[in-house]
Amino acid sequence: MDGQTAMKFLREMLKIRYFELKAAELFMQGLMAGNIHTCAGQEAAEVGACQALRETDFITSTHRGHGHCIAKGGQVDIMMAELFGKATGYCKGKGGSMHIVDVGLGILGANGIVGAGIPIATGSALASKIRGADEVTLAFFGDAASNQGSFHEALNMASAWKLPCVFVCENNKYGVSVCIDRVCNVEDIATRAVAYNIPGVVVDGNDVFEVYEAVKTAVERARSGEGPSLVECKTYRHRGHYEGDPQIYKTPEEVGYWKDRDPILRLRQKMTDANLATVVELDVLEAEVKAEIEAAVEFAKQSPYPAVDQVTMDVYANDNERSVIR
Amino acid sequence: MREINYGQAISEAMHEEMVRDGSVIILGEDMGVMGSVFGLTKGFMDEFGAHRVIDTPISEAGFTGMAVGAAMRGLRPIVELMYVDFAPICLDPIVNQAAKMRYMTGGQVKVPLVIRAPGGAGRRNAGQHSQSLEALFTHIPGLKVVAPATPYDAKGLLKSAIREDDPVMFLEHKILYAQKGEVPETEYLIPLGKADVKRQGKDVTIIAYSRQVVFALEAAKELAAQGIEAEVIDLRTLVPLDWETIETSVKKTHRVVVVQEAVKRGGYAGEIATQIMENAFDELDAPVKRVAGLNVVLPFSPALEDAAYPSAKDIVAGVRDVVK
Repeated sequence: MDGQTAMKFLREMLKIRYFELKAAELFMQGLMAGNIHTCAGQEAAEVGACQALRETDFITSTHRGHGHCIAKGGQVDIMMAELFGKATGYCKGKGGSMHIVDVGLGILGANGIVGAGIPIATGSALASKIRGADEVTLAFFGDAASNQGSFHEALNMASAWKLPCVFVCENNKYGVSVCIDRVCNVEDIATRAVAYNIPGVVVDGNDVFEVYEAVKTAVERARSGEGPSLVECKTYRHRGHYEGDPQIYKTPEEVGYWKDRDPILRLRQKMTDANLATVVELDVLEAEVKAEIEAAVEFAKQSPYPAVDQVTMDVYANDNERSVIR
Repeated sequence: MREINYGQAISEAMHEEMVRDGSVIILGEDMGVMGSVFGLTKGFMDEFGAHRVIDTPISEAGFTGMAVGAAMRGLRPIVELMYVDFAPICLDPIVNQAAKMRYMTGGQVKVPLVIRAPGGAGRRNAGQHSQSLEALFTHIPGLKVVAPATPYDAKGLLKSAIREDDPVMFLEHKILYAQKGEVPETEYLIPLGKADVKRQGKDVTIIAYSRQVVFALEAAKELAAQGIEAEVIDLRTLVPLDWETIETSVKKTHRVVVVQEAVKRGGYAGEIATQIMENAFDELDAPVKRVAGLNVVLPFSPALEDAAYPSAKDIVAGVRDVVK
């Protein structure tokens, strides 16, 4: 670990954390419509995994997708505008929190359906393989998605055809309110890799460097044509499934246990212990990131809502008007 | 002109488009070594390679989802669902992913995907291999829906569907595979969203698609013998709908029968009938009539199956109801 890399990782993690805390605050103030799912607490898994990718690689994300998008290079101002339903957002206000896409950055989409991104990532990997391109596609998903049939079907085909993809499971313990150990009879989701004859590894998902190393190994394997891997990051979501979730399913002991393992605090501690940065430098970094998020909020607030006539646009690529009218 | 059957026409369309465009791939069960259960891709794997003609596992939701991902990355996958009855296994990738991706992303993404799916009754395949499920798909914004009745239309429309930048449900009828018709050897395309008046008439308009066009034409012949000249419109494409052709005919005949093989309740015929009543009520001399399948599960026994969906006789009776 060198200081520059650590600073880069920490900056991305802070960007996610403050984006989420800000989004949650604005949501509770009633400034955002619908629903948002925040990923505070899971930043190390998201940043560690994306840092192991090239810019030309691809990801698919989930309903809890803000962190993945930021980690893959998504712009926080355009994201925030999308959360506000504004015309300047990534999806011109038509997708909202759960559908942020930036194909140019390799973000093939957050997804409102649990587990649906996994086959899409696998299909993206198939496209790379058919074209003989050396891109890798990484699918993010949660512990609960690994109980969906789409997980099994995609991993089966990806392994049978040695597709260049990496499956990253962020095990944050809960599918909405249900603890994974109540609905799944394996301790580690990574154990399921055995069924597909692919590597399955468990890492401390709150240690950004551990995630980075494991995913890097998996990405290299995928890129070299040896096929997919499953990497399970044990982590925890600090907040509810949705903003406003009373979280009656969590115990104070559990919350305390994971607070002590906050990935950002751990990285800060590591960096100061190893003399990679001073506390002052880290505080400056935090202030910079906070200012960036504030600017994003300002951009979103100042942006216009989409014109009402946009409601019928872009349902179809060709012959849209006629296809929508009847 | 040479005659080939509907299955061969579909096969030729896929073959020509695969030769023309290296981004076209085929995914589905038994598409490679076997050449598909209906023989439509025989020899394709040898010619184009196993990377473009992919034998998938029996994993409809998985490979349809993968096709969405591959399409988002610029390939033009043709997925075959061996029977349209298997579409409910993979409704998520069709309905929530392919159909919505463009709109939800503010127009950033194209999903140039064709899902070919044979449907229809008449082969004594019983409840899970005989349905006509077009109404599931016409209901979903973002999908285009094609249901050809003749070899000529099947070939021209499939070639257009493969070149479309939108997801297209291409609904074939199993009984039609062996049906022969004139198909030129030179290349042609038929645009999506254009109906075809298969027979001119002045007394009544019969609107049909897929196999029911065959029955509608038989019925028209019988009706002519009774002194009723029926106009038969083959919709060919259900979404986008060719309203102009329907309206022109309604203004001419003032009486309409809409025919579908699918079960009556919630079907596309009801949608067309409603559009006619909303937009051309003053032109009508009689209520629009639907002739459709019974609201039952398709039965196995030939004695029962033949009673479960419309035949030419039912269409004749339907026309007699509106032409009195």
